[in-house]
Amino acid sequence: MCATCGCDSNGQVSIHEVNGHDHPHEHDHAHDHHHHDHHDHAHNKKVIDVEQDVLYQNNLLAQRNRGYFEAKNILALNLVSSPGSGKTTLLEKTLQDVKNDLSCYVIEGDQQTSNDADRIHATGTPVVQINTGKGCHLDAHMILHALQHMKPKENAVMFIENVGNLVCPAMFDLGETARVVIASVTEGDDKPLKYPDMFHSSHVCIINKMDLLPYVPFNVEAFIENAKKVNPSLEFIEVSAYKGDGLNNWYNWLKQKVQQTASV
Amino acid sequence: MHELSIVMSIIDIATQQAKKANAEVVEEIELDIGELSGIEQNAFDFAWQQAVRDTILSHAQLIINKIPGQGLCLECNHRFPMHQLYDACPECGQYFISIQQGKELKVKSLVVT
Repeated sequence: MCATCGCDSNGQVSIHEVNGHDHPHEHDHAHDHHHHDHHDHAHNKKVIDVEQDVLYQNNLLAQRNRGYFEAKNILALNLVSSPGSGKTTLLEKTLQDVKNDLSCYVIEGDQQTSNDADRIHATGTPVVQINTGKGCHLDAHMILHALQHMKPKENAVMFIENVGNLVCPAMFDLGETARVVIASVTEGDDKPLKYPDMFHSSHVCIINKMDLLPYVPFNVEAFIENAKKVNPSLEFIEVSAYKGDGLNNWYNWLKQKVQQTASV
Repeated sequence: MHELSIVMSIIDIATQQAKKANAEVVEEIELDIGELSGIEQNAFDFAWQQAVRDTILSHAQLIINKIPGQGLCLECNHRFPMHQLYDACPECGQYFISIQQGKELKVKSLVVT
């Protein structure tokens, strides 16, 4: 099986457009199996100095995606969080509110089902669902294929909703412009210390479900302090995606990023 | 369990390299894994045992060089051993740290026959 994306992994990873024409996921790049003609190798020990980064292949494809996004002037955001932090609700609200100002696309990552992609599709936004099967994260190879399906237009925003998991997606660069970590006040305020890799690699942190703050023991200051220990340059935006509170700050951040992307 | 994907990538790298060298068996594989690389050793060992079966690495001796974390404080230039991403500078207590070492995750060498 292809370890980076599991393309031919007994159908474990599947990529399909929601309500579009379902293209079977064809593999147009051959995985090379060299057959050497001469089998004259002596049975001597040989040391090979490999010195290769384990994530080299993923990082290479991530840079390829990044170049694609830059060339098309696309702001690509990798949305990461634990399951149930409200990523999809935030995304639904955002798409409804900004669709007149920004041209948006969504790549949805989940282990199973197209439930989230169906919700996104209902907002009228082009969406591709990636089901990772047993996989716990999206990787650059999957995004590459999703982009081939989607063919996004220039000057757009690409939201990539990663698999709900605060651990594994941290290690896999997708080629995104920025990484957005979403936490909610129903989680512990020590989460940045428990899962430091994700907060370390993110650029902005959205604190969601702020409307529930009166009912839970979450301390916003303590959370921000903990997150800043891991990543002093992390920005914070407090919202309630469900009630709509604070969303304008998020939209302003988004529009500012779009302008930055355009001016590069 | 991203450790499984990591192990699969290592198997790919080893298989490619061994083929290039016209070798059939990997006797030994040496990895650099940094303290701050995000790899959980137990999960890695578990994934390794399962994933290397019936591969070129099935009988390979695994040597892991654990690379200790090292931070450089951007406030006071102090270098110190870093064990967690949220470690403060022990000199000045600030968190603006540049990680100098400990993020390594690479295949260093193979011994093949």
